[in-house]
Amino acid sequence: MSALHALLAGPLGGFGATLLVGVVGIMGYLTFNVLFLIWLERKVAGHIQRRLGPMEVGPHGVLQTVADMLKLLGKQLLTPVATDRFVYLLAPLLVFLPTMCVASLIPLGRAQAFADMPYGLIIIVTLSGLTVLAIFMAGWASNNKYAVLGGMRSVAQVVAYEIPVLLAVLSVVLVAGTTNLHQLVTNPWPRLLGVPVPYGVVEPLAAVIFFIGITAETNRAPFDIPEAESELVGGFHTEYSGMRFAMFFFAEYTNMLVLGALGATLFLGGFRGPFQGAVPLLGPVYLLLKTYLVVFVMMWARWTFPRLRFDQLMSFAWKLLIPLALANLVATAVVLGVLA
Amino acid sequence: MRTHPPTTDPLDTYTLNMGPQHPSTHGVLRLLLTLRGEEIVTAEPVIGYSHRAHEKMAENRTYAQFLPNTSRQDYLSGMIYNFAWVEAVEKMAGIPVPERALVARVILAEFNRIASHLLWIGAFLLDLGAPTPFLYCWDDREAILFLLESVTGSRLTYASGRFGGLARDLDADFPRRAREVIAKLRARWPEYDRLIEDNVIFRNRAIGVGVLTRDQCRSYGVTGPTLRGSGVPYDVRKAEPYGAYPRFEFDIPTRPEGDVFARYWVRVQEMRQSVRIIEQALDQLPGGPFLEPGSIGVKKRLKLPVGTQYYAVESARGHYGILLVSEGGAEPYRAKFRTPSYPNLAVLTEAMPGTLVADAVAILGSTDLVMPEVDR
Repeated sequence: MSALHALLAGPLGGFGATLLVGVVGIMGYLTFNVLFLIWLERKVAGHIQRRLGPMEVGPHGVLQTVADMLKLLGKQLLTPVATDRFVYLLAPLLVFLPTMCVASLIPLGRAQAFADMPYGLIIIVTLSGLTVLAIFMAGWASNNKYAVLGGMRSVAQVVAYEIPVLLAVLSVVLVAGTTNLHQLVTNPWPRLLGVPVPYGVVEPLAAVIFFIGITAETNRAPFDIPEAESELVGGFHTEYSGMRFAMFFFAEYTNMLVLGALGATLFLGGFRGPFQGAVPLLGPVYLLLKTYLVVFVMMWARWTFPRLRFDQLMSFAWKLLIPLALANLVATAVVLGVLA
Repeated sequence: MRTHPPTTDPLDTYTLNMGPQHPSTHGVLRLLLTLRGEEIVTAEPVIGYSHRAHEKMAENRTYAQFLPNTSRQDYLSGMIYNFAWVEAVEKMAGIPVPERALVARVILAEFNRIASHLLWIGAFLLDLGAPTPFLYCWDDREAILFLLESVTGSRLTYASGRFGGLARDLDADFPRRAREVIAKLRARWPEYDRLIEDNVIFRNRAIGVGVLTRDQCRSYGVTGPTLRGSGVPYDVRKAEPYGAYPRFEFDIPTRPEGDVFARYWVRVQEMRQSVRIIEQALDQLPGGPFLEPGSIGVKKRLKLPVGTQYYAVESARGHYGILLVSEGGAEPYRAKFRTPSYPNLAVLTEAMPGTLVADAVAILGSTDLVMPEVDR
């Protein structure tokens, strides 16, 4: 403990404390979140499919994912002989990293963001594209044709869908006039008929495009073609087992949370809500409620739609979403210019 | 969606073994795909992984002993195969069948056909990446299986046919339960239409994909819903009516496109026609014995007259034929089974080249293969 005190009181000072709280807090919450989201997904799937989902472990099966995680921890880690060993082992570690960094940039309350940066939004957009690198590494290093196909699909998909996401984000930035996420939330909201409304109301098209884009970026159905089970068996993670497989699973659900939180921050007013000014602790609660709303819609879509084909996915991005997002950006700029 | 001219240059392409262990090859089919990127250059089905020599087994068993084998050829519409064997033997031996048994067989077989189609819809949508319809279809199918179980005692591999009737009678409560199941099925149809047929992603994945022309189908001997999806109104129940089918009114749904969507649509409509048949059969279900009095049953050694005979029925997958050659003994000299999935699989080599891997899964799923039936 004394070493810890020394570190906190020493030259690192406030930075050390922030680092410690940030790492422990974010890691802890993200782990909890993954367990919760997997349980939620199975419950949502169950109820959409006229069944109950997990019911046995704990009340309504809440501990099911804990049990599953323990099972995965106990599993033997198999490394196929023909893999590119270094890259194969690195990929599951790397897949988690960008998401972690993004999580630390989301503002949780009026003065609560683990890292408050003037260009936070740009850093987030940059970092969230890095996950695909790990996915491609996994696919390539596995030395399995299904995995390579999955990896290649993933790269093409993320490259295609980053553009509309970025354009949608830019539209909001134009309205808000800042790329600092904290200011983006706290700045006075745009007024529609005299009532202040979140950016999602004045930029509905951008919100929809952003939602579709993050669904594709997180490889969620109907855009789950990199791991399309019925075509590519397991896609990029076909050759991974045990905790290494679990890391990809972790990353997917963490990604959902983080991108959902970004969506909530951008379009649904982030941590702002009734009485939040008076009770600062409500900030994170509002943010999480909005985030899980976005995540729930993603789950809802997953358990309702069939999967798109690869070329349909690409033409949807390049021929429809990108022109629409561009048009929306230009229209936003024109309207703002006229109003100014 | 062919983006490049087809090529077989080994430096340009690679082979991918899809199966025999793969989530979408429905059992143990192996597809040898030559791919260029994601585009299929050639597709070659490799079969035989579940070959159990049913035809050879038939030569070493009495006609009654072979009864349980029949429903294990196609475990999804086993009732139809079971009755086909029974009817083939009856026809050759000249065993009379009471009216009640004839109509009851139609009811059971049509319920089995609906169950098979329901399972297909679920599995097919699973291939397309939609897991939810699967559970709905299985819920419906479960109701049918309960019903069939109450009559036959088994859920999947039925052996309830007897030479001269049925093993057990339909009980007095059966018509009521059957009508309940039908009402349940009917209530679900609009839901399926909204969830599947009207879904824009499903339509994009299915329309215009995997087109089989009439001529391709005919040259490969394709039958069943796959053939009817290519616009040929061939159905054994109408073309060579057997059993009690001539007395019921029903249509043969066909669609000219020959694509994956047409095959889906035909099967959905067929379920509705089957319900039509069942309702008429329930109304007309006569009384009387369910097994010809003093019939041979399964205990005695049945000997068929010397000769050769072909008997065909419409299974859930198409034209199922039994060629029986008897030399007068208690066992057939030769039994040849013409199973519909075999040609339906062969034609895929024509439909797959030029499509993408995802389409291959959709096309494969759309032909409704049962691999044990291909291999026999």
